[in-house]
Amino acid sequence: MGRARTIARRSFLIGSAAILGGVAFGAYFVSRPIANPLLDGLAQGEAALTPFVKITPQGITLIVPRADVGQGIASTQAMLIAEELDIDPATATLDPGQPHQAYFNGVIVGESMPFPAWEHGAVANTMRDVMRNVARLTGSQFTGGSSSVADLHETLRLAGATARETLKAAASARTGVQRADLRTKAGQVVLPDGTRIPYTELAGEAAAIAPVADVTLRPASDWTRLGKPYQRLDIVAKSTGTQDYGIDVVLPGMLHATVRANPGRGGAMAGYNADAALAMQGVRAVVAVNEGLAVIADNTWFAFQAAQALEVDWLPPDHPASSAEMWQALSAARTDAFRNSRLRDDGDVEAALAGATVIEAEYRTPFLAHAALEPLSATVLVEADSVQIWTATQIPAVVRDAAVALTGLDPSQVTLHALPAGGSFGRRLDHDYVVQAIQIAATMPGTPIKTTWSREEDMTHDYPRPLHMAVGRGAVGNGRVLAYDLDSVSPSLISSWFGRISSVPPGPDTMLVWGAFDQPYAIPNYRVTGYAAPQMIPVGSWRSPGACSNTFFHESFLSELIHAAGADPLEERLRLIADPDSRRVLEAVGEMANWAGADIGPGRGRGIAFAHTHGVPVAEVLDVTLTERGIRIDEVWIAADCGTVFDPANAEAQLTGAAIFGLGHAMNCELTYENHAVLQTNFDAFEGMRLHQTPRFHTQLLGRAERVRGLGEPATAPAAPALADAIFAATGRRLREMPFSKFISFA
Amino acid sequence: MLLTVNGKSHDVDLPSDMPLLWVLRDGLNVTSVKYGCGIALCGACTVHIGGDAVRSCQVSLGDVWADVTTIEGLGRPGALHAVQAAWITHQVAQCGYCQSGQIMQAADLLARNPEPSDDDIDAAMSGNLCRCGTYPRIRAAVHAAASAMREV
Repeated sequence: MGRARTIARRSFLIGSAAILGGVAFGAYFVSRPIANPLLDGLAQGEAALTPFVKITPQGITLIVPRADVGQGIASTQAMLIAEELDIDPATATLDPGQPHQAYFNGVIVGESMPFPAWEHGAVANTMRDVMRNVARLTGSQFTGGSSSVADLHETLRLAGATARETLKAAASARTGVQRADLRTKAGQVVLPDGTRIPYTELAGEAAAIAPVADVTLRPASDWTRLGKPYQRLDIVAKSTGTQDYGIDVVLPGMLHATVRANPGRGGAMAGYNADAALAMQGVRAVVAVNEGLAVIADNTWFAFQAAQALEVDWLPPDHPASSAEMWQALSAARTDAFRNSRLRDDGDVEAALAGATVIEAEYRTPFLAHAALEPLSATVLVEADSVQIWTATQIPAVVRDAAVALTGLDPSQVTLHALPAGGSFGRRLDHDYVVQAIQIAATMPGTPIKTTWSREEDMTHDYPRPLHMAVGRGAVGNGRVLAYDLDSVSPSLISSWFGRISSVPPGPDTMLVWGAFDQPYAIPNYRVTGYAAPQMIPVGSWRSPGACSNTFFHESFLSELIHAAGADPLEERLRLIADPDSRRVLEAVGEMANWAGADIGPGRGRGIAFAHTHGVPVAEVLDVTLTERGIRIDEVWIAADCGTVFDPANAEAQLTGAAIFGLGHAMNCELTYENHAVLQTNFDAFEGMRLHQTPRFHTQLLGRAERVRGLGEPATAPAAPALADAIFAATGRRLREMPFSKFISFA
Repeated sequence: MLLTVNGKSHDVDLPSDMPLLWVLRDGLNVTSVKYGCGIALCGACTVHIGGDAVRSCQVSLGDVWADVTTIEGLGRPGALHAVQAAWITHQVAQCGYCQSGQIMQAADLLARNPEPSDDDIDAAMSGNLCRCGTYPRIRAAVHAAASAMREV
């Protein structure tokens, strides 16, 4: 019954997505070539051989359209092009480019389809292709979902190869030597006699011929850069204070602004008195913006001071005022009226539970801020026939469209100077701060204005990770897990977020149950149901959305059942999983940690958790010791398989960084609300992990999976359940709610 | 008011109660000094005053008691301080926003304690927040910089 309903639901979705994806537009419309945005305004002697490679007599520019928010993707994109182009990427200029359809992300939209990432049947793969076409048609240009490498690794290598072969064709035309007899090295075409022609000299001739189409990608065995640890191209700048972030823009005649918005996000303003603020030193103006007021001043400090002097009569928003009320609303939504999906329904859970001793547990995760260390900022210059924006964003096309809507200018009159971000963790998938900065700058045409949010504004007006709860019911017998039923309840992240940046897609919110419905366990009676609670605080994507809560619920409850069954946590997971990639990471982490059960001696404990998120199976084992000052995390072992690893050094950094992110927030972070306002407004009440709490890490990437995937997020989700599991092993206490510091101390 | 930053004297026309952080960033365009929290919780704004690591968000312009050194004064691309060289070798930075402060704090630690233990590093560096979680490499880089500085 359940299975049939699932299939029917999927069929419906496929129908609607097929219409979106091109059937209604016709195949020609979907497959017609995308223009190369670099061709506009090329001078004599310059070539844009693909949308990603521009060569002029002065040098080579690589277009790296995915935003670098710390994950190192600017370097990786450049390396992917350079491997085929045969240049030292450190000699090239990296440019994020302007938002354009050519830079669409074909993976991220497909990931929202209701299929587990490890499922590769015809229907699932067709749907992903269809959604790729949707993204292509709409020019959907996102950085997120650990999708950049998965989406671009072939595109960028192909761009490098196309440019290389076209330059060789130009050299062939000039010299009469067959293209097949030419080699390339270090940005030069090399003739059989050793003569070298720099690419920069060939640009004009290459631009005059059609790009070579018959290129093949080099096999990994021929790579000279990819697959080996390399120095990030931004590492010297980031170690010498010479990296400019969005917040560091300095322009001649620039003024500074900040925003004071309604502490109850979404509430209106009844009135205000700016007299005191306007009388303060260095204050130029107070203007209305989305959600509140802005102060324009001579420097950021003056603006911050004056913003506090504003007297504002805020009106409350129309959602619950306190955390207690929000949790009540969430609990009340676990009913058929709010049921949103049942994407996993194997066997007959009700029948299996009917005659059994039912084990039941409830879990909770709180709202969490992104709290990137660089507070949100954007600098904008509005002029009569142009608008320029300097900022860090994961959604450049949405930012451009907002500028068009706010100024009435043509998209061609908008210039986005995309800058590196001092962290994001999903926050810059929204553009509220850029909209305000445009509104502010529009009040003083001709004057560049940098808008900077205070840390307090950044924490108070985040689009946080949604609060989330789950109820698990299960049964065990003969040392095995027999039945597993998980209800996952949260306000819909997809509805809230897509409602702000585009439009809400049809079908179930798969993100609401990511990390739960899509796990490769073959439990005989296995069901996952998603409930979309009423919207409360508007929420956003937070590193490993959905899974950052659901993996905690799913793996914690599975651990409880395995414990009740008297089985070994690693052995029982392996018994329940058939997917070979997933089995291998579990086996690997067991070997790395010399797994012999959760008991590792008095006052100590060992935990384990697994997740298949963002297409990557990840297993983590974690040891803790109970000290006089509280729980200390000693060691963490991580095994994952993202397929081909392009930079092992950065991959290791992403695994450990993601795990630290997951652990730190599980330990001590939450956002709570009273009278509609966030109570935690700075790092005193939202600390995360600090250096003295950092365990030793041991990581392994297996490189066996066929599909290439990214690593920005996958190691986040299993960290919290592994920690909770280890604390249970050490103390006998099962923590079912984050942050754990509400119940136990950490050293 | 006269303020010496990285050996260069500036005549600054700003209020004496303005935090040094904002004097540097908005007054002198020294943007390597980062704003992260404004209340000494994150360490992103760490500079040296008279050789001591301090949170520039907590020092008013009028209270600056000695010459100020920012990370540009510590070392530059091509003329790196040993701590910066270790940070590069160990590929510490992810987003990198906290790293100017981390490096200034580590340089202060090593000037006082040429051979810090893990506990010494924990004690000196735990006030510097890194949201990306680069802590394992920070630890390794501090040890490496200490070795390199002892060998000189």
